[in-house]
Amino acid sequence: MTAPHGRGLLHLAAALDQQAAFDAASYVGPAQLAERGGLDFVTLGDTFARPGPDALAVLSRVAPATRRIGLVPTVTTTHTEPFHVQAAVATLDWVSRGRAGWQLDVSTTEGEARLFGRRHAAPADALWREAGEIAEVAARLWDSWEDDAEIRDEATGRFVDRDKLHHVDFQGATFFVKGPSIVPRPPQGHPVRVVDATEGPARRVAARHADVALVRVVGPAHARAVRAELRDAAAKFGRDADTLRVLGSLVVDLGDGERAAEPGHGGGGPRQTAQGPLYRGGPVDLAELIAAWHASEAVDGFHLTPVEPHRDLERLVNGTVALLQHRGLFRTFYPGSTLREHLGLARPANQYAVTGGAS
Amino acid sequence: MTVRTRMHLAAHFPGVNSTTVWTDPRSKSQIDFASFEHLARTAERGLFDFFFLAEGLRPREYKGRIHDLDVVGRPESITVLNALAAVTERLGLAATVDATFNEPYELARRLATLDHLSGGRAAWNVVTSSDAFTGENFRRGGFLDRADRYARAAEFVATARDLWDSWTPEGVARPFAHQGRHFDIAGEFGLPRSPQGQPVVIQAGDSDEGREFAAATADVVFTRRGTLDAGREFYADVKGRLATYGRSPEDLKIMPGVTVVLGDTAADARERAAEIRHRQVSPQNALLALERIWGVDLSSYDPDGPLPDIDPEPAPALARGRVRVADPLAVAERWRALSRAKGLSIRQTVIEASGRQSFVGTPETVAAELDEFVTAGAADGFILVPHLTPGGLDEFVDRVVPLLQERGAFRTEYTGTTLRSHLGLPEPVWKG
Repeated sequence: MTAPHGRGLLHLAAALDQQAAFDAASYVGPAQLAERGGLDFVTLGDTFARPGPDALAVLSRVAPATRRIGLVPTVTTTHTEPFHVQAAVATLDWVSRGRAGWQLDVSTTEGEARLFGRRHAAPADALWREAGEIAEVAARLWDSWEDDAEIRDEATGRFVDRDKLHHVDFQGATFFVKGPSIVPRPPQGHPVRVVDATEGPARRVAARHADVALVRVVGPAHARAVRAELRDAAAKFGRDADTLRVLGSLVVDLGDGERAAEPGHGGGGPRQTAQGPLYRGGPVDLAELIAAWHASEAVDGFHLTPVEPHRDLERLVNGTVALLQHRGLFRTFYPGSTLREHLGLARPANQYAVTGGAS
Repeated sequence: MTVRTRMHLAAHFPGVNSTTVWTDPRSKSQIDFASFEHLARTAERGLFDFFFLAEGLRPREYKGRIHDLDVVGRPESITVLNALAAVTERLGLAATVDATFNEPYELARRLATLDHLSGGRAAWNVVTSSDAFTGENFRRGGFLDRADRYARAAEFVATARDLWDSWTPEGVARPFAHQGRHFDIAGEFGLPRSPQGQPVVIQAGDSDEGREFAAATADVVFTRRGTLDAGREFYADVKGRLATYGRSPEDLKIMPGVTVVLGDTAADARERAAEIRHRQVSPQNALLALERIWGVDLSSYDPDGPLPDIDPEPAPALARGRVRVADPLAVAERWRALSRAKGLSIRQTVIEASGRQSFVGTPETVAAELDEFVTAGAADGFILVPHLTPGGLDEFVDRVVPLLQERGAFRTEYTGTTLRSHLGLPEPVWKG
């Protein structure tokens, strides 16, 4: 599919979040539905603060039950071990054959801190600085094995070429990691990193490290401004701004009707609520909103969180997405197999192989 | 028909050791999900109790460089097992996870999630790390001495169990608080009680400390396989310790790790076993095995030549991230004597002196020996460690399992859905 009028492809993602669901079926069915709609990826939020299963585990369980859709769990960085986190995300990439992402988040409450008893709550600024370091060390650990490190050379008896495994020797403000990783470089090189860039402290991390930035805003003008700011900041960090996808995040309540004429629905676009910007209307109106924001280059796509998980995801896929496909604005099949391919992002070069850095 | 004692079987996914014959043309990836799926499906086809993954936290090093002669690298266990839960229905899923460089709340939550998503098939093999080498990858860093790491592990397991029990059976979350020497935590746990009550706890138990720890807390003990007599001694000793903790002998299953080599005849099996040993001990691995004892660089020696006549260094420190040899001088003398007596080269001596296959024979004789081990009170079952990834258990499942079933020594179908039901372990009583 070509991108009309110089705009990039439209990217769509949906959240699988649900209240008090601990069984696999509650997540597998919706993920398969999202895949039938050709969505780029599904997300599953996580925090130690509320009941719910481990998000990365859930999406690992979903991986063999799906074939193409990207899988993006939230994994927090505040009370977890960076080495374990990068290994788990790399493993999700292995078990999904290149479909893993990772939404970084921090834990700011004293309640979460008490579950671990290792450190007190800290301000968001400091925790996001640390999250940036963890994004950095994760990328180094994913690169700590070169792609062709496994050689199986019977003549010399060597399983790996040790010169293609690298210590990372990463010193952060709160931690040190020696490396190399125990997990060989994952299929995508780097699983896709996602950051909600709505709040100030996270925006810098998003600009520097994220492949996908989410912004929770109610209007296209605001979205366009944040996107421009993120792209500028990414360029200042030495990145190509075109390697950053910016998605608008909306909570969607698709109600019972096709159009916004139903009582309690429609009119005026998204509005701010405690859960974030809420779009309330019919699937057709949502398709029009998505097409309009994307056409005006306010966003590269959308991340949509259904209010009523089963009903709204079904309406999103069979209504909104079908309409966008019908209009030629969204893919009808996956041309690639990895999440990076869906997003139009190249597989990153290995920083150690490029520099020839010594072990 | 008399009621037979039925054995339990588990499958280990091999790697990061010299068991795996990675030079075999049938040896596939150690990391692709297809390999894990193949071995797990084979184990479930064979009605095994569980599938077992080890853990790595840092590639081993030798002389300050990455050890490159054996399989290196593996995925993270719990993540792989969650994916395997999607492609299996009954098989238990056991993850080895370190209790030194993890925290109880997070790990208990990850294991409880696996138990929920798999419908009650999760197990945790509790291990500890002693060395600062591994600690260099973790925030808590450093290391704990032996006594401290067992104390931390014991407190860790007890805390995890409190967390797993913190919701009522009706599904109401209740606050917990744990204050001990290693952990001071409080809050509400994120998940209800799991489909089998709690994940199964597995431990290694060869040392005296390990035996006691296992008797106090474990559901399954993973041990090294020795002779039948050694197995009976271990079995009686560990089962005898259970009463102290108010437990009965059936509450703890003892499962040695074993290897099996099959052949159409006894001679054929012996030949295959010798071939496997030969491939496991490459010339480079033979010199390495020697250096680990001698503690000095022996790379100039010919692996097809005689053993060094110099004595080992008393405190070798070349290797990091693996167990050291306890008494190098005694081992060296034993190996030199063996080499002299049989006229063996370095490589031949290492093959002869180091680990060998546990059960070698025809499917009939191996089935009979496995059965005897169980009926003689030397084990409740076995953890099979194949030489090949991922097809190394195909032949066992196709040829030995039916014979065990004919003897009445192994199940002919899964009678339950949870790992506890396979192992004949009662669901833990809720300690509200």
